[in-house]
Amino acid sequence: MKRRTALKFAAALALTTSLATGAVCAETIKIGAAAPKTGPLAGGAAVSQWPNVTLWAAQVNERGGLNVGGTMMPVEIIEYDDQTNPGETIKAIQRLATQDEVNFIVSPYGTGLVVAAAPIFARYGYPLIAVSAITDQQPALSKQFPDMFFTLGTTSALAEDTVKILTDMREAGQLGNKIAMVNVADAFGIELADVARGKFNEAGFEIVYDSSYPLGTQDLSPVIKGAKAAAPDAYVAWSYPPDTFALTEQAVIEDLQVQAFYTAVATPFPAFGARFGAAANGVMGPGGVNVDDARFQEYAKAHEAVTGAKPDFWASATTYASLEIFEQSIEAVGLDRKAVADHLRTGTFDTVLGPISFDENNNNQAFWTVGQWQDGVFKGVASRNRDGSVPVILKDGWQ
Amino acid sequence: MDILITGLLLGGTYALIAMGLNLQYGVARIMNLANGEMLVAGGFAAFWMYTAGQISPFLTIFLLAPLTFVLNWLIYRIMLQPLVKRAKSRGQLETDSILATFGLSFVMVGLMLSVFGGDYFNYSYLARPIVIVGDTFALNRVAAFLAAVVICGALYLWLNHSRAGLSIRAIAVAPDSARLVGINVTHLAALAFGLGGAVTAVGGALLSTYLTLDASTGVIFTLKALIIVIMGGVGDVRGTIIAALLLGIVETLVASLLDPGLTLAAAYTLFILILLFRPQGLCGKKPT
Amino acid sequence: MTGTDIRNLILSAIALGICALLPLSGSGYWLSIGVTIAMFTVLATSWALFSGPTHYISLATAAFFGVGTYVTGLGFETLPFWSLIGIAGVIGAVLAALVGLATLRLSGVYFVIFTLGLAELVRQVITWFQNKSGQKGLYVLTDISEAGIYWMLLSLATAVFLTGWLIGRSRLGFALRIIGDDETVAVHSGINSALSKVLLFMVPGSVAAMTGAILAPRYVYIEPSLAFAPMLSFQVVIMALLGGAGRLWGPLVGVIPFTLLWESISSNFPQQTTLLLGVAFLIIVYALPRGFVGLLDDLRHRTRARMAEGVA
Repeated sequence: MKRRTALKFAAALALTTSLATGAVCAETIKIGAAAPKTGPLAGGAAVSQWPNVTLWAAQVNERGGLNVGGTMMPVEIIEYDDQTNPGETIKAIQRLATQDEVNFIVSPYGTGLVVAAAPIFARYGYPLIAVSAITDQQPALSKQFPDMFFTLGTTSALAEDTVKILTDMREAGQLGNKIAMVNVADAFGIELADVARGKFNEAGFEIVYDSSYPLGTQDLSPVIKGAKAAAPDAYVAWSYPPDTFALTEQAVIEDLQVQAFYTAVATPFPAFGARFGAAANGVMGPGGVNVDDARFQEYAKAHEAVTGAKPDFWASATTYASLEIFEQSIEAVGLDRKAVADHLRTGTFDTVLGPISFDENNNNQAFWTVGQWQDGVFKGVASRNRDGSVPVILKDGWQ
Repeated sequence: MDILITGLLLGGTYALIAMGLNLQYGVARIMNLANGEMLVAGGFAAFWMYTAGQISPFLTIFLLAPLTFVLNWLIYRIMLQPLVKRAKSRGQLETDSILATFGLSFVMVGLMLSVFGGDYFNYSYLARPIVIVGDTFALNRVAAFLAAVVICGALYLWLNHSRAGLSIRAIAVAPDSARLVGINVTHLAALAFGLGGAVTAVGGALLSTYLTLDASTGVIFTLKALIIVIMGGVGDVRGTIIAALLLGIVETLVASLLDPGLTLAAAYTLFILILLFRPQGLCGKKPT
Repeated sequence: MTGTDIRNLILSAIALGICALLPLSGSGYWLSIGVTIAMFTVLATSWALFSGPTHYISLATAAFFGVGTYVTGLGFETLPFWSLIGIAGVIGAVLAALVGLATLRLSGVYFVIFTLGLAELVRQVITWFQNKSGQKGLYVLTDISEAGIYWMLLSLATAVFLTGWLIGRSRLGFALRIIGDDETVAVHSGINSALSKVLLFMVPGSVAAMTGAILAPRYVYIEPSLAFAPMLSFQVVIMALLGGAGRLWGPLVGVIPFTLLWESISSNFPQQTTLLLGVAFLIIVYALPRGFVGLLDDLRHRTRARMAEGVA
């Protein structure tokens, strides 16, 4: 008899605890995030990805949470380090979907890792709002994975708009006809250089120096010296973070006199402006934002206050916008993932970058393509369907 | 001439990357896979001193060298010596040290990540042009090259003309016989390991004046250092210097005259060719 | 074939059958861990087939693996998938034979670093070609499921174990054991040590290339920095050595606990994953000087001793 009572008691206890924890779970929205904290892409993710996840969660919870059908539910972030290894990304997303049973998952970081995770998102019905995945394969990918969305633009748009900016400068009589172009020999650089090469030729530019260098090259001075010997009017490098710094430093040292100077990933990082100071003035790169926009300024301020670091002028705000999109979609249709995915397809979202909506290929049609350092800020100079771009300035020496 | 000097400067960088590992592997017989992390840690220290206190990396190294020497000496005494004692054969030690230092490299990446974060770090130091026989070069690279010359020169003199140095060379050549003639192998191996670590960390501090690093980049330097040490021949300072300079010049030649896209391919081809024709490396002793 | 052999074969077949049922459990999570375990079992076991008896530590796994993923990446639209695995296997074997022939004169650490340099060279050359041809990133969009990949890896693992078992019983295996013990003795007793080593080196080369070809659809996006990541070579070595490279099943008992440990650290300590993985390595190295095989042997001896005591 006694034993039975004890058993009953235990069962009741177990039931209440499980109910209690169940109740707690129901009150928070679990958001999963897996991206590099270590490995080759960790440096980029530490700037553009992780701080925004932290910032967004802090801001939402400060407001009391997300409004789901009238109840305020705080968000809980579950994060994993995928070590820049696609195998680990796959495992981490699996874990988030099946073990942690999170409500939504933030996109991984870097084209290769995002695309490797896409099948898992699709299998468990999680919508994927990709940010740091720039590709021309968007139609094919969104056909295979109907709930995969793209925000940061396409390879072609980035390359085309860069060529267009230079063409406009030439038409205005600011720039000669000779282009020096280099690229990092990795998928990203190869893809961009390939598109740009065609567009430069089409626009009647003369490519006087065209070369690539391997990832992890420790001395890029031959690349700058080679370009300098060809006496170009504009210099374009489809580069990765360490090389972006190294190429620019070499250009300063060699005093490479060009009217336009472009380097790719990491140019919009605050560290770039801090590193080169006045010499950065006039350097162009991918992305850009409307820095005069009050929304962006407010975001940048909050970013610095919460995470202790400034946002970059490209993927940071877009990453944050992707979370705002989730936020608005959840508040509109609730926690049902299918409903959210459908809502993403049709809705228009008011983000820090301005309105975002997705076309029939799940592609965001409004994004920044080219930015330029002007007086210590990286301002957008070209975009697709975005307001607030400023006129481009000539690269006037390195002082 | 321009290519030659650029190549030499790059070679100096490579010598800084590889010299410490050569001491550690050649004498202490530890294939230290955490070598690159020690280099990045040195770079972090220089970065921090420079941004926080405007202290020149060339001063930081005088503080860094004794600190990292002690640290590496302790690593050897505490972590690696038990493995050396336990190992029944050379192969066993090689296996164990690969496993242990691989673990150590993870630990160091993790520590640097939690202390400094995962962000890229670099700073502008001596990023000015300097003209040498009509061509411009980066002053920070030239300065690091000169430091490399001083470090390598000092090491060479010390190894060849001091008693401790001679004993260390004796261990590198024949560890068992060295013991027989009354050389305290354990003591000197710890010394060499500590010294190697200090050289690597100092190299990292110098490199950080012109390379962009982050907590995870160490492995790139470990790989490069392994290649250079093996190419030059294990346990020989001259070999490492020659291999580093050769690699620097060949990479620059290919980048300037052929295609920058092939620099690393050329470097590895050179490495493989050298091993095919000299299996013991450029200056290595033939295994007996 | 002795009675023990038959018993072992039957037990292995049963174990394999149970493993093959994993995808039917419906848990995608355990399936993804299963794929990881199967992948490293294949790579580490085949690695140990060569490195166990010869004591040569090869860091070329990533080179062969990367070549395999590129075979699938370039050919999956024109050729049936199974043929790509075969092609990758052949290319891997040929490449391994070339490397083997080139590295005959190298010993010890020179061989280790040579294979490392080789992996990087292959990666550089492929990157350069990709750049020259303007070949964009390769997207392997197929409908091959994770379960399909798992079964293919499991079949490959079976093939590797059978190969290993057959080698162990063959003249080649005998020759290799002698080479491993003392190469001079081997040469004097008329063993063609060079040929034996090259033949054996072709096994891990071919297997790693096939593994890469099988896994390419899982990674979807193929680029050199991911396909040729040197970390893979190190992971394989670490797992095989932690298990014990001296026995056919040694790597397996390294891979399973290691993968589970890796998984539990990654899931429980997302902020300090790398740090704790390193600490775990160090503990294993110091606590298990002879790998998991040594641990199991000790346990077996102890139970036997205790049983003997019990009988006495």
